[in-house]
Amino acid sequence: MPKRTDIETILLIGSGPIVIGQACEFDYSGSQSARALMDEGYRVVLVNSNPATIMTDPLMADKVYLRPLTPSSIAQIAREEAPDAVLPTMGGQTGLNVAQDLKKNGFWDEQDIEVIGVDIDTVQITEDRQKFRTLMDDIGLDQSRSDTAKSLLEAKEITQELGGLPVVIRPSYTLGGAGGGIVWKEEEFEEMVTRGLELSPAHQVLIDECLFGWKEYELELLRDPNDNVIIIASIENVTPMGVHTGDSVTVAPQQTLTDKQFQRMRDAAIKAMNSIGTFAGGCNIQFAFEPGTGRMIVIEINPRVSRSSALASKATGYPIAKVASKLAIGYTLDELPNEVTGDTSACFEPSLDYVVTKVPRFNFDKFEGVDEELTTQMKAVGEVMSIGRTFNESLQKAWQSLEIGYAGLGADRPDAARETVRERLKSPHWDNLLHVRHAFRYGASVEEVYDITQIDKWFLYQIQDLVALEDEIRSTPLREMDTRFLREAKRAGFSDEQIAFLVPEDVSDREVRAHRTEEDVTPAYQLVDTCAGEFPAETPYYYSSYETVNESEVTDKPKVLILGSGPNRIGQGIEFDYCCVHGVKAAQEMGYEALMLNCNPETVSTDFDVADKLYFEPVFWERVQDVIDLEQPEGVILQLGGQTAIKLGERFEEDGFQIFGTSYSKMDLVEDRGKFTDILQKLEIPFPPYGVAHSVDEALETADRLGYPTLIRPSYVLGGEGMRIAINEDEVAEYVQNVLDMYPDNEILLDRFLEDAVELDVDAICDGDEVWIAGMMQHIEPAGVHSGDSTAVLPPFSLSDEVLETIRDYVRALAFELDVLGLVNVQLIVKDGTVYVIEANPRASRTIPFIAKAADIPIPAIATKVMLGEKLETFRRRGDLESDLEDYAIKEPVFSWDKFPEVPKELGPEMKSTGESIAFVESLDADQFEQPYEMKDLYLSR
Amino acid sequence: MASGAAVRHRSSTHTMSHTSSSSTAHDPAKLVLSDGTVVCGVALGQRGLTGGELCFNTSMTGYQEIMTDPSYYGQLMMMTQPHIGNYGASAEDMEADAPMVAGFIVRDSPRHSNTQADEPLEAFMRRHGLVGIAGVDTRALVRHVRDEGVMNAVISSENLETEALRQKAKDWPSMAGRELASEVSTEGPHVFCEGTGPRIAVYDFGVKQNILRSFRRRGCTVKVVPGDTDLSDVLAWTPDGIFFSNGPGDPRPMDDAIETVSEAIDTGLPLFGICLGHQLMSLAEGIEVYKMHVGHRGANHPVKNLDTERVEVTTQNHGFAVDPESIAPEVARVTHVNLNDDTVEGLEFKTFAGMSLQYHPEASPGPHDSHYHFNRFMELVAETRDVTLPEKATEPAVATT
Repeated sequence: MPKRTDIETILLIGSGPIVIGQACEFDYSGSQSARALMDEGYRVVLVNSNPATIMTDPLMADKVYLRPLTPSSIAQIAREEAPDAVLPTMGGQTGLNVAQDLKKNGFWDEQDIEVIGVDIDTVQITEDRQKFRTLMDDIGLDQSRSDTAKSLLEAKEITQELGGLPVVIRPSYTLGGAGGGIVWKEEEFEEMVTRGLELSPAHQVLIDECLFGWKEYELELLRDPNDNVIIIASIENVTPMGVHTGDSVTVAPQQTLTDKQFQRMRDAAIKAMNSIGTFAGGCNIQFAFEPGTGRMIVIEINPRVSRSSALASKATGYPIAKVASKLAIGYTLDELPNEVTGDTSACFEPSLDYVVTKVPRFNFDKFEGVDEELTTQMKAVGEVMSIGRTFNESLQKAWQSLEIGYAGLGADRPDAARETVRERLKSPHWDNLLHVRHAFRYGASVEEVYDITQIDKWFLYQIQDLVALEDEIRSTPLREMDTRFLREAKRAGFSDEQIAFLVPEDVSDREVRAHRTEEDVTPAYQLVDTCAGEFPAETPYYYSSYETVNESEVTDKPKVLILGSGPNRIGQGIEFDYCCVHGVKAAQEMGYEALMLNCNPETVSTDFDVADKLYFEPVFWERVQDVIDLEQPEGVILQLGGQTAIKLGERFEEDGFQIFGTSYSKMDLVEDRGKFTDILQKLEIPFPPYGVAHSVDEALETADRLGYPTLIRPSYVLGGEGMRIAINEDEVAEYVQNVLDMYPDNEILLDRFLEDAVELDVDAICDGDEVWIAGMMQHIEPAGVHSGDSTAVLPPFSLSDEVLETIRDYVRALAFELDVLGLVNVQLIVKDGTVYVIEANPRASRTIPFIAKAADIPIPAIATKVMLGEKLETFRRRGDLESDLEDYAIKEPVFSWDKFPEVPKELGPEMKSTGESIAFVESLDADQFEQPYEMKDLYLSR
Repeated sequence: MASGAAVRHRSSTHTMSHTSSSSTAHDPAKLVLSDGTVVCGVALGQRGLTGGELCFNTSMTGYQEIMTDPSYYGQLMMMTQPHIGNYGASAEDMEADAPMVAGFIVRDSPRHSNTQADEPLEAFMRRHGLVGIAGVDTRALVRHVRDEGVMNAVISSENLETEALRQKAKDWPSMAGRELASEVSTEGPHVFCEGTGPRIAVYDFGVKQNILRSFRRRGCTVKVVPGDTDLSDVLAWTPDGIFFSNGPGDPRPMDDAIETVSEAIDTGLPLFGICLGHQLMSLAEGIEVYKMHVGHRGANHPVKNLDTERVEVTTQNHGFAVDPESIAPEVARVTHVNLNDDTVEGLEFKTFAGMSLQYHPEASPGPHDSHYHFNRFMELVAETRDVTLPEKATEPAVATT
């Protein structure tokens, strides 16, 4: 079937602000979808309230609406644009929910708008527990068994039917499942059931089969209008059942099922997908598998593009969202080409000749008192993906990608204490695999570790092998490591830094690198080609390994390497991916071959057709240097990837490697409070009084001198981590002690906290000759709330022209003084008519995409071109620097509090929001301004 | 495995292996290609020397089924999935009584974990005297073979002298022009299973067990006969249909088998051929067969059914194919094509009740999308022979069919 011609305009719904569980993977799917539909000649109308997305760029669709994703707002847009169809499956659960609401109230039917990509009438089946059970029963698929008991007697009978203990007891209708849990022992059973019956408002408990120790799998499927179904990827959770898949370490392809077991799962998946109505598009199905009996049950179905489909796309090279969109408009799979190989069919199942590991990234440090144990409620804020030829190689690369200071799976620092390891492994935690490694170091057997963790032994054996190899490295002096042994170590993913730590002599990673280079042990780059090498492939998507043949052919064009921002975390997310993607395009327009290096599967920057070449690698020094050694680019761009890239700046400078844009020493200078203060003093720019302390006593003295309240923070720590406002001596002592516990030997900075002051964020570009102020945003909340958590208004709404001019002067003076070439972000506060500068960051800030969208100016692209030598005058002459913003744009932070019910909802100098949305208002009478304005002081805590 | 399964011998003509009494995990081994390429690795399975045509399979699961598939007889099988042996080896995953490949090449063979396993892959290979090599950059070799075309190679973990191995690889007999089916065919006729459905005679050129199981699941009575059995002997058993199996080697020199197929065509009995059987049926009808630059070996090949427009993800294993140009319209009709390279995947014959497939509908390993072909054949038998099928004969095996 060719594409449909009865449709002209398609409405595409995005996923809104980033929250835990719904992140920038939907920017990836949404932009792929928009591009695919535009390529097919449809008029695409796109709506999303998240300004930090690529998909909301003006060129991504024929018409982009930065509007709320509510039924009324979507309905209004739909009335204006009169689309023929709506595609709601690219916008996560948000997109699907709003489409369902509009279906229920009859809007789509009334407007004669067809819902494509999903059977909207049957979506609810997948969401309603009972309906889903019935449907799966009908098609003969096994599920977890469960029943409701109203008495202890009934509970006993049900438990017997389920095959005895253990079972899971869940009191019905209690908040957050309070009072529930696994019952292992006979003697606990009665107590748990009785308590559950009492706790439940309905006086009933649900008794579920206990799936402890079951293995969990996910399949990603595509279905076309002819009901052809293909499996794009199989994903195996290393973390056993009981932990949300978003919080689990996963691998692709699945490793431990036999063909017969796997095909049974594949058959069930196809059956399940074909049972949820008539539609063409993507879907994700989760299964649990009991290793002993081989029993397999369906857990859930998501009839839309998901986080896992973004992962599966990156893991296989198969563009799921793009193909799903084309299926939704009528194509069948056999009509579409495999874009990776160019001349084979898209109707096939990718074969992988490598192993992909995904490790989630958490931000527990941001949430005081949070329960770190992993459960069925997702807590991760981001993830990394890594590709290696073997599981161990990809696992170690994943740990290098996490950016939490690790150079691999441990083996780069002293091991944790035996007691800690035992305690940590008892329940699922984010770092369980690291502790599995420690356990093997302490001589634990695979059996023992399996009994505690229920992690499939296949993975445990691998980690045990890693430890064995580690021991070999430990006893081999570097000079005695020959080519064969070095290659074996590198093939297992060991970084130079780990090897330097392990070998008996005292060497640096540089020396390891020098030695192995001498021994000719350097990485080769392999192509992600969807077909395990069976056919030649065209897409320039590479990963490193220590195999024998390098497949990445280096051209003789001038090149720029752009470093991505790594895993999403609070304070560094999608905004930097936005900047990177624009940086790539701008560098290409300046005549460079743009090389992208990143390890975050949720991003647009890692789409294989964004850069000229994509290196899916950890943003980790060694891996970056490997790419530089191969490609010999003219220079590297650090400013766009947030703190991640900048942290590597020192190494670039030491090695004399060209950084395009502001020099590393200037970027680093601003992190040193003393040096930065010297600059402010020299420029005669006021700053709040401050002091430095190295102990609690010193801090108390300083606080006394500065006066209360005092802002306390560790020096050289990013994103407001550990920042607190203290109002008395006790608090100073407590916070300072906390910081010293967290970061021993660190310097503590104390600032006089200016109460009731106005805070501003200013973003500017400097080309060496002049400074252009891209935007000034005034916070509604008082200074003291992290700028990322503040509601901010562009342009400022309550400051005099004189104050604004002073601000501009300060920003200009700072930009010149810091020799900024490219972007600079300055944070200022205004109190009683005086302007104070509190921070300057010569790099892309979180606010760049917001201002770019509000003003309709491609700020990161202009900045990139400036870094590469273009002058601002060129853009001014073309009118590129003129803002289209007529009134006000408001940035509203969005939090994920519901994921951490135990954490107090307070705002302070440490950032806690996960995402943002944009609202355009004509005047300050609008609700979007008035509401936060009225509540502006409500959440400021400390 | 089923009772009454074919007795199979594994010829030792091309595997000059010896039993080594002791083993160390890191015994060195070499893989040497006929074009002179040398790859060092570590010994896997039996220590010794073996050789054959170097081919690769992109299936991510099912290494044991692949290893025991008689169609691979005489070939050195290289798996593209880097970890092989993950779930060990078990009796359930046998497609013949013993491994059929001449040698086995993997990137890495880790310890296994699966409660279904009877033994580790290493032990299984040793028990069956199968020589292998691990620690090989399989991807580089796959790309080499893909670009240069199939070639012979030897694996050795006894004599590691490169020049001698190069010579051995060069001298290894080519697959083209070689009849190998007789070496893996059953030694004597036997009844595989008895049922209430049609009586199917299976000409065994190296039949996979799951083909026989697929007939059994449909209630058939199945008799397996050696590939060189006289048709008259088969007819004496009064079959309702005749099946020509898959198998190794070049079909073109198999004159006797082609003659048998011709005779079978004349009987008017419904005929079904898979893989080598498909090629033999084509040759009997004057259709030409050629050797491919690189064969199809994997479990992800898209095949389009031209009648239903549906696409099946299929298991494939062939180095020869039928030439579509040589198919006269009055002789046969192409029913299935490969979406990747448009090669012929299925035929329906015009002058007799016959169907044939280049790929493997019995899967094992691989997706079950094509199981329905056995139903098609059951219906063909029912139509032609006017027999009543047992209910289960045409039950859809899986949802997709």
